[in-house]
Amino acid sequence: MRFMMLVKASPDSEAGVLPSREMVAAMGKYNEELIKAGVMLAGEGLHDSSKGARVSFSGQNRTVTDGPFTETKELIAGYWLIQVKSKEEAIEWASRVPFEDGEIEIRQVFEDSEFPPEILPPGEAERERAMLEEVQRKAAKP
Amino acid sequence: MVTMAASDVHRTIDAVWRIESARLIAGLARIVRDVGLAEDLAQDALVAALEQWPESGVPRNPGAWLMGTAKHHAIDLLRRRERLGRKLVELGHEVEAAEEAAAPDFEAALDDDIGDDLLSLVFAACHPVLSTDARVALTLRLLGGLTTQEIACAFLVSEPTVAQRIVRAKRTLAEARVPFEVPRRAELAVRLSSVLEVIYLVFNEGYSATAGNDWMRPALCEEALRLGRILAELVPTEPEVHGLVALMEMQASRVGARIGSSGEPILLLDQDRARWDHVLIRRGLAALERAEKLGGAFGPYALQAAIAACHARARTPEETDWAGIVALYDALAQLAPSPVVELNRAVALAMAFGPAAGLEVVDTLTSEPSLKGYYLLPSVRGDLLAQLRRFDEARHEFVRAASLTRNQRERTLLLGRAAACSHGSPAPHER
Repeated sequence: MRFMMLVKASPDSEAGVLPSREMVAAMGKYNEELIKAGVMLAGEGLHDSSKGARVSFSGQNRTVTDGPFTETKELIAGYWLIQVKSKEEAIEWASRVPFEDGEIEIRQVFEDSEFPPEILPPGEAERERAMLEEVQRKAAKP
Repeated sequence: MVTMAASDVHRTIDAVWRIESARLIAGLARIVRDVGLAEDLAQDALVAALEQWPESGVPRNPGAWLMGTAKHHAIDLLRRRERLGRKLVELGHEVEAAEEAAAPDFEAALDDDIGDDLLSLVFAACHPVLSTDARVALTLRLLGGLTTQEIACAFLVSEPTVAQRIVRAKRTLAEARVPFEVPRRAELAVRLSSVLEVIYLVFNEGYSATAGNDWMRPALCEEALRLGRILAELVPTEPEVHGLVALMEMQASRVGARIGSSGEPILLLDQDRARWDHVLIRRGLAALERAEKLGGAFGPYALQAAIAACHARARTPEETDWAGIVALYDALAQLAPSPVVELNRAVALAMAFGPAAGLEVVDTLTSEPSLKGYYLLPSVRGDLLAQLRRFDEARHEFVRAASLTRNQRERTLLLGRAAACSHGSPAPHER
């Protein structure tokens, strides 16, 4: 299963203050750990909200609001996408992030298989002209 | 110390075990020079954690706690065994010496050599002295941290069978005095290919499961991917490791799109590409690039990954670079010639240059003994013949293919195509 580890914004991150050299190094080491453990799928830091915008929906209307946004603690400043076996494993990884303050929120990512077919219909039925997939799988012994 | 309800502690221990067990076993194996004993010691430490952590809380650095505990077990055990023989005495001294050298900073000991230790463990688990089944079981157990029950469930065999397989494998390693080390340069390539084979076997075991009713089999794909990604960081300069990772990432990217609502397989060209996992595709393409940059574009895994990449890059089936795929199959056929690769090449040729070009190759395979009974051969041949409007021959092939497949849906489909040929139409439904 996949989890997102969402890093909450802080007054510093919202002010566009770059992390210290030590923090960058510590985070580099942490990311390396994630990669070496084979769990990291993706991860990025986000610019402060003054460089972002919000699009809100009401029927056919779309309203665009430019950043910055004030509710700092509700904003996201970065994320990791990790592949783990349980929520506890995600928590364990999140606990190892070298932060000294702030908060990380852990959220499970939906998988296709969690949607019933009436909501997410499968693709067109097969035309057996395209046999490649299966043949390729059988070719799999180099 | 992390505070939490006692009921959550066991699940946390499971998580810690998954993260730490391979490093723990590897670190211990370096000291005791016996993979089986190392695993026993690690298990003892796990039991200690299960006993103590619900009371004491989860330690701040659980990996170091487990390592420290296991090392003390190791010394106790070896001291108790000392009177059994000189060899064990020596082992005991070795442990103490190693501990003195490494102590007291277990964490540093873990960090310093852990890459080599882990790699040594990978090579031990996939050692050629073991049968393929034993390699797979041991790899999942020692490196994946899977329980015997999980392995049994994934491979649809009984738990005692797996347990016995693992016990025997450990004994074989001990009896053969397999050294706990990273093979030297000359040997490395051969040994590495055994490791890659084991990982890909695990992946395919999960990938070839058609229905989603068995939760453990998709988990095998994820496990193989994790092992592949770990290995890629342990031997980052070996191009084929990246080739294999690329291949698995790209095949895994299609998992969600390849099974229909009633569990029927959906073939590649019919899959809804919006449902391919683009995170995995991106990772696969990046891994393939790594393999290519290391000069490994023509390794067998990298070539297969490059073929998968041709599909992944095409936004629609029509955009597929079939000529490119033909060239890659040409290379693959040179490197690892096999009738199945040849059949693939024929399909690609037909897609790139028309059915006649494909048929020419397929016709060379009809007397191939290893494809006898393989339903895809008459099925492909029937399709190419039908496209060439040679309906009588095509019908014959479809009927033969239908008699060879064990899949009911496939049989129905093939018989439908046979019937369409009787009416002089290439397909049972309008295209």
